[in-house]
Amino acid sequence: MQRYFKTIKLFWSTAFASQLEYQLNFLIELLAMLGTLLGSVFILSLFFTGGRQLGDWTWESALVIQGVYTFLDGLTNALLRPNLTEIVNYVREGTLDYVLLKPIDSQFWLSVKKFSFAGLPEVILGLSIVFWSTIQSGSSFSFYSLSIFIISLFIGFIILYSVWFLIAASSIWFVKTWNATEVLRALLAAGRYPVSAYPVILRFIFTLVLPVAFLTTFPAEAILGELKFNILFFGLILSCLFFIFSRFFWKFALKHYTSASS
Amino acid sequence: MPNNPSDLILVDQISKYYRVANKQPGFKGTLKHFFDRKTYDVPAVTDISFKITRGEIVGFLGANGAGKTTLLKMMCGLIHPSRGLVDVCGFSPQRRQTAFLKEITLVMGQKQQLIWDLPPMDSLYVNAAVYGLSDYEAKVRINELADMLELGEELTRPVRKLSLGQRMKSEILAALLHKPSVLFLDEPTLGLDVNAQARVRSFLSEYNKITGATILLTSHYMADITALCPRVICIHKGKLFYDGDFDSLANSLSPSREVKVELKNPCSKDQFEKYGEIQDFNDRFICLLVSRDKLTEVVSKLLTDFDIIDLEISDPPIDQLIGDLFIKGEVN
Repeated sequence: MQRYFKTIKLFWSTAFASQLEYQLNFLIELLAMLGTLLGSVFILSLFFTGGRQLGDWTWESALVIQGVYTFLDGLTNALLRPNLTEIVNYVREGTLDYVLLKPIDSQFWLSVKKFSFAGLPEVILGLSIVFWSTIQSGSSFSFYSLSIFIISLFIGFIILYSVWFLIAASSIWFVKTWNATEVLRALLAAGRYPVSAYPVILRFIFTLVLPVAFLTTFPAEAILGELKFNILFFGLILSCLFFIFSRFFWKFALKHYTSASS
Repeated sequence: MPNNPSDLILVDQISKYYRVANKQPGFKGTLKHFFDRKTYDVPAVTDISFKITRGEIVGFLGANGAGKTTLLKMMCGLIHPSRGLVDVCGFSPQRRQTAFLKEITLVMGQKQQLIWDLPPMDSLYVNAAVYGLSDYEAKVRINELADMLELGEELTRPVRKLSLGQRMKSEILAALLHKPSVLFLDEPTLGLDVNAQARVRSFLSEYNKITGATILLTSHYMADITALCPRVICIHKGKLFYDGDFDSLANSLSPSREVKVELKNPCSKDQFEKYGEIQDFNDRFICLLVSRDKLTEVVSKLLTDFDIIDLEISDPPIDQLIGDLFIKGEVN
């Protein structure tokens, strides 16, 4: 276990060093990130001038969802995108062979090898929006609501990760995978708004088929103290299932890889 | 096959088939390919068996697509054999257990594992952490190997700015950090210039002497094999073709050597017939084919019997001999 922590530390410090290697590129990345940030704030300001109801959510509580979305988007940019979009290159270039011969879990290696620090400000902004708008909406924080919030964020992240990893792992068969990133982005973007703002059918799909609701709506409900305990419980089980399935699928994919590669 | 404790690697009748489907050209072919796909098995490796003892250096020879890489990858656990048994250090490679992975290493000449934008040193410490080496152990090991590989400040320069030779040496360093006892090298000198090739070669033989590690390598360059491998395994169209020491392969391929002589005074052709088979003759220049066992005798006789300006003994080029062999399909 300690070996895994030390490995993550070195993975991320080398990732940071590689990003700093090209000074100009790093500056541009910082600027781009600032741009995204301003864009998010602009969209949020549009929300403020509205004053209408969104589903059965007030503007302030809808803003909490925006905050959760921003947080997850930042985490996606920092961790999921740099790593999971890279898997197809490992397969295409055959460097997956090196990963498979390391005495370390290959899914672990492929999922945390890189870290893009440009995603962090978005993460911080997202959390700030969540806390600020929670106060605005008149809810108070309690130890209970905070811990439920953290757990449900974790659930959302694990589900997003697992779905993404599943699609990325399929590149073992399709090698040049269709642009899965965009599909998942759209999925995440659907979570910018409360699930109850969608028509009934979509609401059903987003909760049970594509678990968008677990990504943003439920964490927001959690911090507002409105999340039902049975949903949290269901979420925990669902995220575990997704994660276990992603591991199982990866093992299965590797079996195919190792019996077919040359 | 009885299991001898000195056998480190045991390969018993392994075969590997790849399932492929052919598509006829055109739209009709595409439709047929989609709805009624005919697949069949193409053998990449058929029925190969051999044993390798600890500390050996074995070269794998074969034309492109002969099955060398498939064989190597089956031994390090990246490809599952379709049939047969592989045993490396007492492990079944395809299970890729941690204890097995710590015993072996793989270097591929055309693929790199070092992080492109950073100096090799950063990647080395990542590898050290993955293998569970402490910082101190890693430092000692890196210094030791860097000395042997003659790498110095290159280790702190970004990989993208290194020459191919320096990069390959750094790759080798990264692959050897965890003191593996079996080295699988797939074309380790690919694309290197003659000097860099020689340095990699001398390192490998030194490493083998010092650590007693077993080395298995494939190479296109005959010089790698002649300099490094007392034993060669030739593979042709997925089948084992020759397994034995290099010298007897060379001998059976070309039992004779070429002796070229330049004379001070013109002589007649029939004077030379008793020395060997005459390949080429003009009044002051003779090229003879002399069998290896008579070589010294013949040369000393030539030197005493004639006034000789220049004498040259050479092997017919081995690359060409092996190429001929693969075409001919058998060893004499």
